[in-house]
Amino acid sequence: MKYAFFPGCVSRGGCPELYPSVLAVADKLNIELVELSGASCTGAGALQESNPLLGDTLNARTFAMAEKIGLPIMTICSTCQGVMSQAIVRLRDLNYRAKINELLAEEGLEYTGSVSVKHMLWIIVEDIGLEVLKSHVVNPLTDLYLAPFYGCYIVRPSAALDYEENPLRKESLELIIEAIGATVVDFAGKTRCCGFPILTINEKASLAMVGKHTLEAQEQGADAMITPCPLCHLNLDGFQSKAAKQIGQQINLPILHLPQAIGMAMGLNSNQMLMGRHLVSTYEVAMKAGVKI
Amino acid sequence: MQVTLKVKRYDPELPEDQRNYYQDYDLDISENSTVLDCLIDIREYQDETLSLRCSCRGAICGSCAMKVNGNAALACKAKITNVIDSNNSITVGPMGNHEIVKDLVVDIGDFWNKLRAIKPWIAPIGPEPETEYITPNEDMQHLTGIVGCILCGACVSDCTVLEVDKNFLGPAALAKAYRFVADPRDGESNSRLESYNEYGGIWDCTRCMACIEVCPKGVAPMDRIMSLREKSIEAGYTNTAGARHSEAFESLVAHSGNLNETQLLIKTIGIFNFPKLISLIPFAVRAAINRKVPPLIHKNIPGVENIRRIHKLIKSSKK
Repeated sequence: MKYAFFPGCVSRGGCPELYPSVLAVADKLNIELVELSGASCTGAGALQESNPLLGDTLNARTFAMAEKIGLPIMTICSTCQGVMSQAIVRLRDLNYRAKINELLAEEGLEYTGSVSVKHMLWIIVEDIGLEVLKSHVVNPLTDLYLAPFYGCYIVRPSAALDYEENPLRKESLELIIEAIGATVVDFAGKTRCCGFPILTINEKASLAMVGKHTLEAQEQGADAMITPCPLCHLNLDGFQSKAAKQIGQQINLPILHLPQAIGMAMGLNSNQMLMGRHLVSTYEVAMKAGVKI
Repeated sequence: MQVTLKVKRYDPELPEDQRNYYQDYDLDISENSTVLDCLIDIREYQDETLSLRCSCRGAICGSCAMKVNGNAALACKAKITNVIDSNNSITVGPMGNHEIVKDLVVDIGDFWNKLRAIKPWIAPIGPEPETEYITPNEDMQHLTGIVGCILCGACVSDCTVLEVDKNFLGPAALAKAYRFVADPRDGESNSRLESYNEYGGIWDCTRCMACIEVCPKGVAPMDRIMSLREKSIEAGYTNTAGARHSEAFESLVAHSGNLNETQLLIKTIGIFNFPKLISLIPFAVRAAINRKVPPLIHKNIPGVENIRRIHKLIKSSKK
């Protein structure tokens, strides 16, 4: 399986542990990645607030680059996935697409409307298959209780994300948690918001969201939370202690990136996946998983 | 077909620790039924104490919004075959983010207060004309989506910001606010935009898209809030963290092709906003110690000149 790899900004920025984890797991699963090194940021929905046309043009440019090498795009961030999926919907308007292609022409690029963009989460469930994933599990996480946290942009709006055509997407994280041998911790907040987009605008509300969802998962018995979005990770991990203080509760819930949880089950050690970088320590959950630290 | 409705009930007349409870109702009902058909059937034949609001049964009055399987929906629009689980059960509860009065009936006073707060009427431009306002079709076309709002409250029910901050005006009020700002007959766009830029206004939306997902009429409230943000920036209301964040995001990505996270943080907060910058020092120190930080030297993407060229073209065509 070969994909045009779109790593996004944060996997080599505020979440530097994500990028090597993705490469290590992709290697194990024989996912060949061709990195789109000239592709820009998706805009994350924030750039689109001040310049929606620029946002759609930047994403059309990335789509055109993938079309040029004839490969579907793999994303590793819920926000990148959602922003791109929403752009694909708007770019179905031929007049709008033609207007944007005029801006791309000088670079020799043209978006023809045929790109496929899939998060690694969906690629593993739909393209690789859970049976293949299970065959690579050498260290089943049988003692672990993991709480899934999707990230808004990979859940809504469901029409843009083709949920009706791909019904497994609704429970994709749960399916992977079970395939790697762990037990799913179900909780109400799993498809709610982590608050990251308003961290610098309404910090109190943002941290209230972090506190609410991590506390709920912890109270339901989770050893860790698993998320396919590094922006969610920044808030849930980075600001967990401040959120706990705000709500006057003790919260100590490690937040794992999707490939880190899978990697632990595949026998990767915690150094390969830079699990020591997290602000909420992953030491205990790694020990419980029997992973080399 | 056999269906079980699990209804989240609330009885204010019971002792406090017993007020919230679930009650299961088994029904034998046509498979063409909606959730509302089931609830009316329960009231008619099983339990007339079950309280709910409903009226038109045709998805136009907005009375019967409630949570179906955890997400807000119009009960009269939710076909049972679409929402039953593998055991033929459906879970039903009152709308979120509202005080419960009884069972599925909630207090919607706050909903109306917030709607009034955005001044939901046309403020005329100049003196009143002698006859009606004449406006070309094409100037009103873009409002057809938003005027479809039936004030059902589903968006407010599921808003993730309202769960944690009751001060937020909310998606219904702000979508309605857009309806007036974008109406060519309204003469108070600027003062409207100014008020929506305060705490609790357009910048408090966390962009979770829950309102878009649950709206039964395709209003897409969050998209309207985003349009209000764009209009606010264009109108010069840029002295908010939210506006600074969007503008900085645009200029940083346009400059280097990918995001310089450190610069974004500083530009959003404001370089002279010392109290806020100081409050972030503990986080910054911990992140630095853990090396969970972006690279010190931010690199441009290969071919960044293309991004800059595109940005320049778009900005000049906007003028």
